[in-house]
Amino acid sequence: MIPEIGHFSLILALLVALTLGSFPIIGAARGNTVWMGLAKPLSALQFALIAFSFLCLAYAFAAKDYSVVYVANNSNSQLPLQFRIAAVWGGHEGSLLLWALILSVWTLAVSLFSKHIPDAMRARILGVMGLISVGFLLFMLMVSNPFDRLMPAALDGKDLNPLLQDPGMIFHPPMLYMGYVGFSVAFAFSIAALLGGQLDAAWARWSRPWTIIAWVFLTVGIMAGSNWAYYELGWGGWWFWDAVENASFMPWLVGTALIHSLAVTEKRGSFKAWTVLLAICAFSLSLLGTFLVRSGVLTSVHAFATDPRRGVFILAFLVVVIGGSLLLFAWRASTVGRGGKFDVVSRESFLLANNVLLAVAALSVLLGTLYPLFLDALNLGKISVGPPYFDAVFAPLMAPAVFLMGVGPIARWKDAALPELFVRLRWALAISAITAIVLPLLLGNLTPMIGLGLFLAFWVFASSAELVYQRLRKSEGGLLAGIAASSRSWWGMVIAHLGIAVFVLGVTVVKGFESEIAVKMHPGDVAHLAGYDFRFDGVESRNGPNYTANHGQIHVSKNGVLRTVLEPEKRLYTVTNMPMSEAGISPHLIHDLYASLGEPLDGGAWSVRIYHKPMVEWIWFGCLMMAFGGLLAMSDKRYRLNKQAKSVATGQGQRA
Amino acid sequence: MLKARHKRFILIGIGLALIGLAAMLILNAFQSNMVFFYTPSQVAKGEVPHNTGFRIGGLVEMGSIKRGDDGLTVHFVITDTAHTVPVEYKGVLPDLFKEGKGVVAQGSVGADGLFVASEVLAKHDENYMPPEAAAALKSAQEQSKTLVMPK
Repeated sequence: MIPEIGHFSLILALLVALTLGSFPIIGAARGNTVWMGLAKPLSALQFALIAFSFLCLAYAFAAKDYSVVYVANNSNSQLPLQFRIAAVWGGHEGSLLLWALILSVWTLAVSLFSKHIPDAMRARILGVMGLISVGFLLFMLMVSNPFDRLMPAALDGKDLNPLLQDPGMIFHPPMLYMGYVGFSVAFAFSIAALLGGQLDAAWARWSRPWTIIAWVFLTVGIMAGSNWAYYELGWGGWWFWDAVENASFMPWLVGTALIHSLAVTEKRGSFKAWTVLLAICAFSLSLLGTFLVRSGVLTSVHAFATDPRRGVFILAFLVVVIGGSLLLFAWRASTVGRGGKFDVVSRESFLLANNVLLAVAALSVLLGTLYPLFLDALNLGKISVGPPYFDAVFAPLMAPAVFLMGVGPIARWKDAALPELFVRLRWALAISAITAIVLPLLLGNLTPMIGLGLFLAFWVFASSAELVYQRLRKSEGGLLAGIAASSRSWWGMVIAHLGIAVFVLGVTVVKGFESEIAVKMHPGDVAHLAGYDFRFDGVESRNGPNYTANHGQIHVSKNGVLRTVLEPEKRLYTVTNMPMSEAGISPHLIHDLYASLGEPLDGGAWSVRIYHKPMVEWIWFGCLMMAFGGLLAMSDKRYRLNKQAKSVATGQGQRA
Repeated sequence: MLKARHKRFILIGIGLALIGLAAMLILNAFQSNMVFFYTPSQVAKGEVPHNTGFRIGGLVEMGSIKRGDDGLTVHFVITDTAHTVPVEYKGVLPDLFKEGKGVVAQGSVGADGLFVASEVLAKHDENYMPPEAAAALKSAQEQSKTLVMPK
């Protein structure tokens, strides 16, 4: 009964979404305040209905109701409760429901925190979000209903893929989806601006915190996924340029461009049309990513043939959303107006260059991800482009972008002078250039890539230090007053940029100095790597709730002193009969020691992989710094509601 | 001083040049890092490149896995049911590598016909067949059909 109620609730949510997607938008066009006023209560109602439906599905998982197809396919009676709940988004149908739920959360949030936005604008924004919701709810109800029944009911479920039975599964997908779907807000703001013909500094100030918070979620989501892959896959890698990863990385690249472009739109009134286009692209890529990952197209292009309705619906939805919004853009972009002029050398042009580089990088990922699929779909052969392609493309594209991070914040708006910039940055340049050469020589490995990576990381550190120093020197009344004198959004930028430097440093050091061995080890054997001795003490049997495991112990010592014990595990999940490796990792600021078990060999021996990963944790720490910078920026007081009520009055006057 | 119009031209010119450069870089990298996929039948017919790497896929033949004394060098045979390719790989195999299951290997083939794999791809689902492996089996089946039923 409960699944039917959940299904019914979803149908009601579709009706509400249809109303939300039509009346407020029409009302905004006709100036009908009653119709516009519907947007807010409808947003709340839609959230309540979808949340209820989601709870019904979660209940079916918790209560082990294997008469529901989706539950039977993605869960099992032996699965621990926290994973049974996380299994709600473990498959195609449930993750779409999570998507719709998160969309309704964002819709509700916009309706609650938009008192300062003019009625017509708010009605259009919520209406556009309602329309997106219609698409997803229709898709679920027509071709991928999570509440479909199984007749007769299964005795037990087929179990969640063991790879997903990890705490990472509980946090990573919801975080990632908060980011993906969060870009729908920026998208809706842009469509509303195109419909209404209003795009000014006030508009940018309203949409900026929403865009930044979505970007923060996406950053944390991608970081959590990368960290999960690192410890779960057992290969010591933290990024594989796999199509699923690329699907989340493309919106991140465009989203990063978008938050920079929005800054220009807010401060200088320029880049308006470009900002709108980026918002459309960021959300389109989010949609594309969702469907790439969730439609099975990556497993086999021809899987669409087995259930063509899904494929056709997905393509039609993408065409309507992307095509429709680009058409609207082509038709209405001229109404949003032009911005202020700027010189060849100015902060605007540096930010423009940053935007172009990020957009081109996103395109290069899109090419590497989609082109093999196209060839396959057209039966023109099977190819793959792996990490070598992305590595070859990314370094030359991102190096100038990171270099500009040092220059941009120091350059003046509108018109800057190169000689002056050089004078201000000469120390930063000298320090980073010297470090880039001396440090690798001291560590005994100087290659062009290591040199470039260190140069860029220290360039951002040094130029940021210069930037902060100049700010603080100008202010009066001590250090604390100096810190408080600059806005939170400015400090957010500085911290996020430092996060990039930490990230680049981590990537450079781990790529340049990591080492690994694969060895056959009998109990008592000692392997040597990076100055450490790894003694394998054999495995013992251990049983988990739904798996049996060989639990290994490796004592790590240096010069005879015990440093740590690594405990890699080889599990066999009993329901799916699927083996899984759990790496044993000793994380550390300076380096990670990492071991994973391969397979059992003769006489109690195992094949073992051991990795030494210097500064790998810095990669994720850098991502967290970027996210923290974003949070700080969006908490800036000029985005706060009570302050905005006043600024709206002046904002209205700036209509372009 | 330059006129504003000229500055604008310079800006656009630099922009276009950079985008052109980036496009060249991307397409070039793409071209040189494409890895093609072949079936064991195509390998048997000699349709594969000899100087660059490629991927093959199919099933790991039953009873074909043989380990070297070091425990890390593995020999096995990939089959598409019509033809087979002997493979050598040194390293730890992925969790789901099993006889009778689908596999994709990347590497190159030597003059002796031995495929030396640099990478054996891991896929994490018992029922999941790597798409390339499935395609290899399918095409071998279609080939055999045309052989059985000549017109």
